[in-house]
Amino acid sequence: MPQSEVPAHLADPAENESVTPQPPAEPVVRYAPASAPDPAEAEVLARAQAGDHHAFAQLYALHKRRIYSLCLRMVGNIAEAEDMTQEAFLQLHRKIATFRGDSAFSTWLHRLAINVVLMQLRKKGLNLISLDEAMEPTPEEGPGRSFGAPDLRLSGSIDRLALERAVADLPAGYRLIFILHDVEGYEHNEIATMLDCSIGNSKSQLHKARLKLRETLQAQGRTSAKETQS
Amino acid sequence: MSGEPKQISCAEFQSHLSELIGSGADVSAHPHLQNCALCQALLADLQTIADAARQLFTNVEPPDDLWKQIESAIEKEENEEDKDTH
Repeated sequence: MPQSEVPAHLADPAENESVTPQPPAEPVVRYAPASAPDPAEAEVLARAQAGDHHAFAQLYALHKRRIYSLCLRMVGNIAEAEDMTQEAFLQLHRKIATFRGDSAFSTWLHRLAINVVLMQLRKKGLNLISLDEAMEPTPEEGPGRSFGAPDLRLSGSIDRLALERAVADLPAGYRLIFILHDVEGYEHNEIATMLDCSIGNSKSQLHKARLKLRETLQAQGRTSAKETQS
Repeated sequence: MSGEPKQISCAEFQSHLSELIGSGADVSAHPHLQNCALCQALLADLQTIADAARQLFTNVEPPDDLWKQIESAIEKEENEEDKDTH
């Protein structure tokens, strides 16, 4: 497959790479969009569905940041995020012809990437169904202790980097649910379907994840306060 | 929700908190919270965390060579498919 570059009108705005516009291939529309998509992307998508490698490279350029970032958030590890991004786009290449436009392409791809990550995590032995047992907090670090005294209350605004670090340090199961619900915006019923668990389990895991984050942030706050005093 | 707020301990309230929050109900109106500063603080913190999460994790750029690896893997798959076909 030839090395491909992205026309300027389709390039990710965050990129400053030089681009070489290519003559457009004959569009082959294979799907009926659910809503009005960007016509330029729709054309690229149709060409990619028809097997145009250059168009597929354009789709990669358009979606790579979102998909890579999603993988990175879910696994919390750069090397694994790269592997999973690669697997997600390989899956996309295999399945792109099956996209029928029942949802927006970006939504479909996002869901595909999540499924890839979940599949890889299962292969690695993370049992996503019995997360409760695997991640149950020990009695001394459970919710009963975490509500704490008013002076441990978090400030109205949390340091973004501190929270990102705390999320990265969450146990894998907690992190998945927190990312899917609070960051990516999926509902509990959707998460339950993705993870093959009950809605109640999803709610419970999310709550425990937030409690764990609160505990971590409070501990960071206490450490910072001590350092300031000394 | 109970109409007897004094009979609900913090532990009891918190044991139902994930379900209360997940239900979409206005948890701040729960009777237990009217007289419990600790659980008010807990609820406020959890809300702060949930709100902050939406601002988390700006998208980042994957490594430049990732596309080459993907291209190479696609090419390899296609070559294998060609072999199987012929």
